[in-house]
Amino acid sequence: MSASLAAPPSAASRDEDMARSLGRRRRVTDRVVRVLCWLAAGVGLFFLASILVTLVMLGYKGLSFGVFTHFTLPPGSGGGLLNAIVGSLIQTALGTLIGTPIGLMVGTYLSEYAAGSKLGDVIRFVSDILLSAPSILIGLFVYQILVNPFNGFSGWAGAVALAVIVIPIVVRTTEDMLRLIPTALREAAVALGAPKWKSIVFICYRAALDGIMTGVLLAVARIAGETAPLLFTSLGNLNWSLDMSRPMSSLPVTIYQYAGSAYEDWVQLAWVGALIITAGVLALNIVARVALRKRT
Amino acid sequence: MSEVLAAAPASKTSPKRPKRGSGKGDAVFALIAKGSGLLVLVLLGAIIVTLFVGGLPAFREFGANFLVNTDWDPPHDIYGGAVAIYGTLITSVIALVLSVPISFGIAIFLTELAPSWLRRPVGTAVELLAAVPSIIFGMWGFAVLVPFMATYVEPPLIDNFGDLPVIGDLFSGAPFGTGIFTASIVLAIMIIPFISATMRDVFLTVPAVYKESAYGLGSTTWEVMRSIVLPYTRVSVVGGVMLGLGRALGETMAVTFVIGNANRITPSLFGPGNTIASIVALVFPESPAGSLKLSSLLALGFILFVISFIVLALSRLLLRPGVRA
Repeated sequence: MSASLAAPPSAASRDEDMARSLGRRRRVTDRVVRVLCWLAAGVGLFFLASILVTLVMLGYKGLSFGVFTHFTLPPGSGGGLLNAIVGSLIQTALGTLIGTPIGLMVGTYLSEYAAGSKLGDVIRFVSDILLSAPSILIGLFVYQILVNPFNGFSGWAGAVALAVIVIPIVVRTTEDMLRLIPTALREAAVALGAPKWKSIVFICYRAALDGIMTGVLLAVARIAGETAPLLFTSLGNLNWSLDMSRPMSSLPVTIYQYAGSAYEDWVQLAWVGALIITAGVLALNIVARVALRKRT
Repeated sequence: MSEVLAAAPASKTSPKRPKRGSGKGDAVFALIAKGSGLLVLVLLGAIIVTLFVGGLPAFREFGANFLVNTDWDPPHDIYGGAVAIYGTLITSVIALVLSVPISFGIAIFLTELAPSWLRRPVGTAVELLAAVPSIIFGMWGFAVLVPFMATYVEPPLIDNFGDLPVIGDLFSGAPFGTGIFTASIVLAIMIIPFISATMRDVFLTVPAVYKESAYGLGSTTWEVMRSIVLPYTRVSVVGGVMLGLGRALGETMAVTFVIGNANRITPSLFGPGNTIASIVALVFPESPAGSLKLSSLLALGFILFVISFIVLALSRLLLRPGVRA
């Protein structure tokens, strides 16, 4: 190479130089892009880490047994989050209980009955839209149909709003999971003379159970942290109440009220609540993912 | 196989069937399944109709003017949606501009660059970011991002660009830390997981032979991405971006914490504002049932639903399996 530098430039070596510089430019571009991609991945991880670190740092110091055993109290009197936690558990559980069977049946319809049909395509399309629709609008919708015309804010309205969010999530996973069931299983059921519904319920559901459960877990994780729809439906309640027909407390709404307040101990409790809810939601997600991974 | 399945329901009418009742069971089960499916359609229709009917008094009172009126004047009972609509669109667009390149980088990282032992943990971490509840993003944004913006980002930008002609207005005002730009950043972080996950999934559908051929000809990783993978997946990539946009448009709690809650349009990126979702969340508690104010919020909700529906529908159509550039 040094010999070619010393020699008078020939056409061939000029080409070679050009090729070399072009190659260098391509390599440099490639390296720059690679570095940027690593950085992009770093940025994503950084934000997750920053959020988790902030939650732990600000939430940990307020975390005590009392948070789980005391009701919410006026500022300065050392209250906890018990009614918020219980309210969240109740509404999340009811929302899941109402939404899951509907979502399951819709997913079943899409996978087992509507393959290739126009109606099935439309329902799948609409369900996917509902999956990403702004949750605040679902809150407004339930406010208009359940809160406004009847006797006001209630735990039931909150549960219904959450159920509407659950449905499309369960539809998606149910349909996907049922489609993974080998047709031989269904054929075996048919060959034994089982009616279709029996082959679906006792063969397909059973075979797809862990996948369907994963979808339900993801739905629970999603609604457990939902705030906006509850603002218009169960409203929140700083008093202890298990009456589903009255306004009901929930962890996200309490966090929202407390975080925006001017009282130091309320803000502290908001961070504790945020830590609890995030830990719960992420744990559910990880469990769901592990379950799904085992399957595929 | 499909013939067998298709034949199965027919057998319920067969007279040779020994068992009784199962035909009825099938019919009932099919009816419940179909009914649930139809319920989903009814649900979507009911949401649209409910929001529209709720917003009707406001639409009647203000007419098309509602869309362009920037006044939000509770004492005089005059409400315009322009500030919130503008805020919704501008924050979502800025969020897209910020998040698309990062998501693209993450998707390349996850499909081409990362060593295989790193792909799953990093992919999972990015997906977990999507699982963090929206209110947590809001609190984090308020506690961490807002002070950071107010101290390190906005003052130098205002000092250096605030006096420039034309674009100077974008960087004017006081560095409060809250406002349009901060809200856009929070939105960008929230939609990165959705866009990057979609991009990764569609990048993985590119047949390995195509990529191997390009690598075999001496292409670099970037050239393979730009000339093979991206053209092959172009339509779906746009679909993924639209999905992110749809998410950003309706995001509520995170934006509510950091947007600054002001009902005016400021030219500055750092100025306070409102989005449809944030104004609904913030104003709702002081809007009595039956008031024109509440009706205006429902009207805004209807507008948000229409915008989101169009964006999400487009996204679904583009992401349909089998659609190709």
